[in-house]
Amino acid sequence: MKRLLIPIAAALAAVLAAPAALAQKKYDTGASDAEIKVGNIMPYSGPASAYGTIGKVEAAYFKMLNEKGGINGRKLNFISVDDGYSPPRTVEMARKLVEQDEVLFIFQSLGTGMNTAIQKYMNVKKVPQLFVATGATKWNDPKDFPWTMGWQPNYQTEGTIYAHYILKNKPNAKIAILYQNDDYGKDYLKGFKDGLGAKTSLIVKEVSYEATDPTVDSQMVQLQASGADVFFNITTPKFAALAIRKAYDLSWKPLHFLNNVSASVGSVLVPAGLEKAVGLISTQYIKDPTDPQWNKDPAVMAWKEFMAKYYPDGDLKDASNIYGYTVAAALAQVLKQCGDNLTRENVMKQAASLKDFRVETMLPGIKMNTSPTDFAPIESVQLIKFDGKEWVRFGEVMGK
Amino acid sequence: MSKRQLILLLLVLAAACALPFFISNYRIFQFTLVLVYSIALLGLNMLTGYNGQISLGHGAFYAIGAYAAAILMDKAGMPYWATLPIAGAVCLVVGFLFGLPALRLEGLYLALATFALGVSLPQLLKYHHLEKWTGGVQGIVIPKPDPPAFLAELGLQLNQDRWLYFFTLAMTLLMFLLAWNMLRGRIGRAMIAIRDQHVAAEAMGINTAMVKSLTFGVSAMYMGVAGALGAIAVQFVGPDSFDIFLSIVFLVGIVVGGLASISGAVFGALFIQFVPNIADSISKAAPWAIFGVFMIGFVYLMPAGVAGAIRIAVARLERKRQN
Repeated sequence: MKRLLIPIAAALAAVLAAPAALAQKKYDTGASDAEIKVGNIMPYSGPASAYGTIGKVEAAYFKMLNEKGGINGRKLNFISVDDGYSPPRTVEMARKLVEQDEVLFIFQSLGTGMNTAIQKYMNVKKVPQLFVATGATKWNDPKDFPWTMGWQPNYQTEGTIYAHYILKNKPNAKIAILYQNDDYGKDYLKGFKDGLGAKTSLIVKEVSYEATDPTVDSQMVQLQASGADVFFNITTPKFAALAIRKAYDLSWKPLHFLNNVSASVGSVLVPAGLEKAVGLISTQYIKDPTDPQWNKDPAVMAWKEFMAKYYPDGDLKDASNIYGYTVAAALAQVLKQCGDNLTRENVMKQAASLKDFRVETMLPGIKMNTSPTDFAPIESVQLIKFDGKEWVRFGEVMGK
Repeated sequence: MSKRQLILLLLVLAAACALPFFISNYRIFQFTLVLVYSIALLGLNMLTGYNGQISLGHGAFYAIGAYAAAILMDKAGMPYWATLPIAGAVCLVVGFLFGLPALRLEGLYLALATFALGVSLPQLLKYHHLEKWTGGVQGIVIPKPDPPAFLAELGLQLNQDRWLYFFTLAMTLLMFLLAWNMLRGRIGRAMIAIRDQHVAAEAMGINTAMVKSLTFGVSAMYMGVAGALGAIAVQFVGPDSFDIFLSIVFLVGIVVGGLASISGAVFGALFIQFVPNIADSISKAAPWAIFGVFMIGFVYLMPAGVAGAIRIAVARLERKRQN
């Protein structure tokens, strides 16, 4: 009997001691004392492969973090897979990451259609779909989708800001719009029209193009012929450069609004010709590393050093590379806040309790704020105007 | 069908039924897609392999089937299984109508006409007057089907993934049976005759235009059923899901699997489902280059496709045994 009692007592002691240990460290699938598994889905191949660099720069960032000892002593295991920008593949890859690789959560899956395709699955599985890489508005819906969170300012908000600016400063404008015929272009368009409200009649012409088109020349000719004196340019970098140059060549000089997606000096304005871009108005929330005013900025210099050391193949002119760096830093903050409680629930909870958090690569005055009812971390942008050399900030930080 | 073939088929079927009890849900999902693709490839193989017409735009019919199912479920609240025959019928009609004028075009010209269809469809799906139904660029999210209640009453506990797999397997068997029945009969012979000797076939009294249009229609119907099943499995349809690349991949699938072969459709489906994943795990920088290497390797080593290679290997073994 006595011999039996000892193991029982030992077992009892272990059971009683366990809750104390559990209170200190809590893990879900994908997290342990040694590592945190983070899933990521990127279009490394296919029509949007230019964005693939975001996944690479994020991987480089986590490599740097790991070399510096990881987060709270744990290494990040960043598992990034390719979906070729095709929703069925995204579903397959999300299931692979969650069910086979057993990641703690998926971070920065890219594309609106792709994230829509997996949103329901992620929420049924209760696996965080964190900081998705798309500017659509629908990611801020904590009531219906408590496991999905956006990150960047959404396109609609930005469109609304331009509309308000026009109503205030040019109430009799005749507006022409060029937009990409997909979710991104239409989201901007919707925000812009919502912002105009009852004054949508100010729009005299709207023309679309496809991402696969070779040029937008004919669209620009149509827009100029409409007699518009305001031009809202909703295009991705390549087309933005083409449109800016064409407007100049046609000697069409409208008040020109360029969406934030293409507000890069190095990859848009230089190819278009700097003198052709004078007077352009846009918005920003991250510093443009190709803008000379940031040459001596410590945060941008730190980013350049990081690029040289961890991602030497990366293009320093590509805005995606500083974007990926900034959002990776935001994730590092969330995981730091999680401490030793690495459950999926706590990851969402911490992501939803960012208070005035800043990564220094963001423009002055821009902050990340979230709460259980606010799943849109960055909701403010800065209006900027191009003076022929650099973007000049004007007015206050707009939005929330 | 010989006795040995029948035994082999039953063995494969038994393996297919046992499979989902040994693998993870994620793998079950992948194999469900293999079944879906095999229906699609069978449809395309009828057209290209048996009838000798090249289509570069069959992904369009796959998309139409997928959208038909999604819209019926989303807007009309139809159960998922009821959408399949409708999706198939819609594609049969559209395919037949598209086939009528297009089949006056031969060879490369038909390939170009179908290519146009494949390229333009994703844009039509975004067309704003259709947005009410198609969801425009946002696409449509579909709920995942639950296993029917009677299975639970019979004491069979299946999760959603396994149920979907068995449902798709049953549909695949049905579609393969229909195809097998059609292709070995009078219509099948007429299709092959047109492929091999167009003029001779006509001289024998085959209404070539009608057979070709019907083949086009039936092959589109297979695509439509596959598209509907694929949409239910993926639970989402959107314009990005059905770009021209899908049509090309289907064509790759039937060539690698084996032209004019029913079993080739399954091999082709395995290829297009798993080889991109393998390629991705080998190189993140150039997955399609690796895919290309695989493709060239297959075509070089097995010029008649996987099914053809197996046929040749079996024939050789037979000869050896007889000697």
